[in-house]
Amino acid sequence: MAAEANGFRLHRPGTGDGRPVRAEPAEDAVEILDDGALLDLSTDIAGNDVEDTLTRLDAELVGLANVKRRVREIAALLLIDRARQRFGLSASRPTMHMSFTGGPGTGKTTVALRMAEMLHALGYIRKPKVHTVTRDDLVGQFIGHTAPKTKEALAKAAGGVLFIDEAYYLFRPENERDYGQEVIEILLQEMESERASLVVIFAGYPDRMERFFSANPGLSSRVAHHLEFADYTHAELLGIAELMVARENFRFDEPAQAAFAEYLALRMTRPRFSNARSVRNALDRCRLRQAKRLVELRRPLTKTDLITLTDQDVYGSSVFTDSTEPRDGPSARAPA
Amino acid sequence: MYLRHGTFSYLPELTDAEIAAQVRYALLNSWPVSIEYTDDPHPRNAYWEMWGLPLFDLDEPDGVLAEINACRATFPRHYVRVLAYDARFGRQTTALSFLVQRPADEPGFGLTRLEGPDRQQKYGLHSYATDKRQGQRYGG
Repeated sequence: MAAEANGFRLHRPGTGDGRPVRAEPAEDAVEILDDGALLDLSTDIAGNDVEDTLTRLDAELVGLANVKRRVREIAALLLIDRARQRFGLSASRPTMHMSFTGGPGTGKTTVALRMAEMLHALGYIRKPKVHTVTRDDLVGQFIGHTAPKTKEALAKAAGGVLFIDEAYYLFRPENERDYGQEVIEILLQEMESERASLVVIFAGYPDRMERFFSANPGLSSRVAHHLEFADYTHAELLGIAELMVARENFRFDEPAQAAFAEYLALRMTRPRFSNARSVRNALDRCRLRQAKRLVELRRPLTKTDLITLTDQDVYGSSVFTDSTEPRDGPSARAPA
Repeated sequence: MYLRHGTFSYLPELTDAEIAAQVRYALLNSWPVSIEYTDDPHPRNAYWEMWGLPLFDLDEPDGVLAEINACRATFPRHYVRVLAYDARFGRQTTALSFLVQRPADEPGFGLTRLEGPDRQQKYGLHSYATDKRQGQRYGG
């Protein structure tokens, strides 16, 4: 008896050899506030993290007012949802699948990363991870190849955000036997399931995404948030350039600033202009020209030399020299 | 007879949440997880059939659970186990192995005796389940 009291039993064949039985699970008591209680939202620990993320979003991204507003609304919704749960008011989990439509270089991926951090802080997803996939990662090349590939991508994104770049490629109406449709069906199942804390974000160019969603009404209705990323204005692009230059520990001197504004005005009219990405490429080439200029000075350099980009570095661009604009031909390359 | 096999075999059956927690522990240790099934419960049967390939590059257990459920649906009356491999030693080493499904009724084992030279006795185990052919055991 003494032995049995501390959990050890003598093994006797034929008796008590059945399956081990689970002890009664303890009731996990989550304190539910009573009807008259007051709940201060600022006491929610998640609130601070979210505020942090939102401030960083404001600081890092120029413009995109409508996107920022929507992100704030989502954060508020989830905060209120948490507060309601404290009072024991259960509601269905709000769906958070999104579509980001916008031109190239408008910050879709950056916002997706911030979104993942925010959703994680609010306990909506289990980890602040974004798994980026394209059509190639989801669609197989032969029958029976697609489902495992898509499931693998979903498994890798589980508990985080699945970011499908150029999502409109999944659907090819001109090809009867395209396997993209199968991917969409598997995604729909996964998006429906309550258990998986997975958020799917579809991203792509506006016109094509429009066609993609109109061809898949089931998908469109399950995507709760359609965020549109507008192209940047000239002033916003200058602001972005300032941010990028500051982040790389460079700075424009006065004439260079004017020159870069002029450069942007020219570049925006050229083909294949892709917003912030074009700005970054232009700055990279400015740095190239600055490096060449500094090497050719053949004198000891000061710190000021190393961090200053002058108008010379900007005016070296081919945008200023090509008066004949290469109109969209296959051989026309993006201006440097 | 209740077969004791692998880790946690003296505990009550793990729930899916507990399996997920164990798998997460394995993944946090960067052990790839794989799923195997068999209907031959002999203790010397070390190599079970693999359910697909080991699941690499995961960091959340959802994908593993989905595969476990697919395996359970396909083989509702087989033993199914989850293995975690530790590759740090330069060879695949089993770090963790536990059952996630067992047949409802396990008939157990009989003792077989074999007469050797010089009246030597050799003993063996014979699983009653293996009297039927593969795929038809455990009332399948």
